Amino acid sequence: MAAEIHAAQPESHATTLGVSNEKLGMWVFIGSECLFFGAMIATYLLYVGRANDGPTPRTIFDIPFTSVSTFILLMSSLGMVLALAAVQAGDMRRFRVWILATALLGGTFLSGQFYEFTVFVAEGMKLETSPFTSAFFMLTSFHGLHVAIGILMLVSLWAASMGGRITEQRSEVVENVGLYWHFVDIVWILIFTVIYLIPVG
Amino acid sequence: MADKEGPPHPGVAQYVEIGVILAVLTGIEVSMYIFRDALSRAITTPTLLVLTAMKFLLVVLWFMHLRFDHKMFRRVFFFGVVLATVVFGIVGANFYLGGIGF
Repeated sequence: MAAEIHAAQPESHATTLGVSNEKLGMWVFIGSECLFFGAMIATYLLYVGRANDGPTPRTIFDIPFTSVSTFILLMSSLGMVLALAAVQAGDMRRFRVWILATALLGGTFLSGQFYEFTVFVAEGMKLETSPFTSAFFMLTSFHGLHVAIGILMLVSLWAASMGGRITEQRSEVVENVGLYWHFVDIVWILIFTVIYLIPVG
Repeated sequence: MADKEGPPHPGVAQYVEIGVILAVLTGIEVSMYIFRDALSRAITTPTLLVLTAMKFLLVVLWFMHLRFDHKMFRRVFFFGVVLATVVFGIVGANFYLGGIGF
């Protein structure tokens, strides 16, 4: 009976709570991730002044470079919503273009982060240099790991759509991956201001 | 009951609009860094935090559809945000009150 109702009304969800379990699960996960990154940022702020004799935020950060990376990640969020709008409109060709563009922008951001890390290490800022560098690398690396996982999910969506497994009726999976991707973006919005701009400004 | 309670999700034009606003806000943030020597820290820090909050809310409410979706999602997310803020506050308070020895 419940399955019949669900089939007749694709917009509704035959669940106890009346909302999609998968989507609710993604929101619960995102809520818990807020705590994870909140704790990481708090830890960073505690250690930011403890650079020992190593580099400090003011001497090491390349703000123009990070600003471009931030802009790229922000625009990837726009690509994600455009991909979602395309799949909801049943335009699979446009969906594939936007989902690949989003993954590409994410990959560009990640490459930029990798380059930034290599520059830092070359200039003597290593994980073990000081409490500040440890906290910085832990926070930004975990964020980078989230971006990498997001890129894998985006590419999986693209592959699934090529195999005909993503359709207008099954667009919720795209929406859920989009939620994760936007979350990664909002975490970087906070990191960019709190970790990069404010200490250096 | 459906996931969507409020108005319908934004269309492509509105998504692009939000994207442009986000780009402009980021541009203002970076400009504040460029002109940091001419600006007082008492002005830049609160302004940067307000701009960040605006960007955060634009993404959460429009791109993540919290403004349009079921209120349960909103509660779950902001519960996490509030808890994170509490953790943040406790750690900070411990540090400044000398409760944590580094």
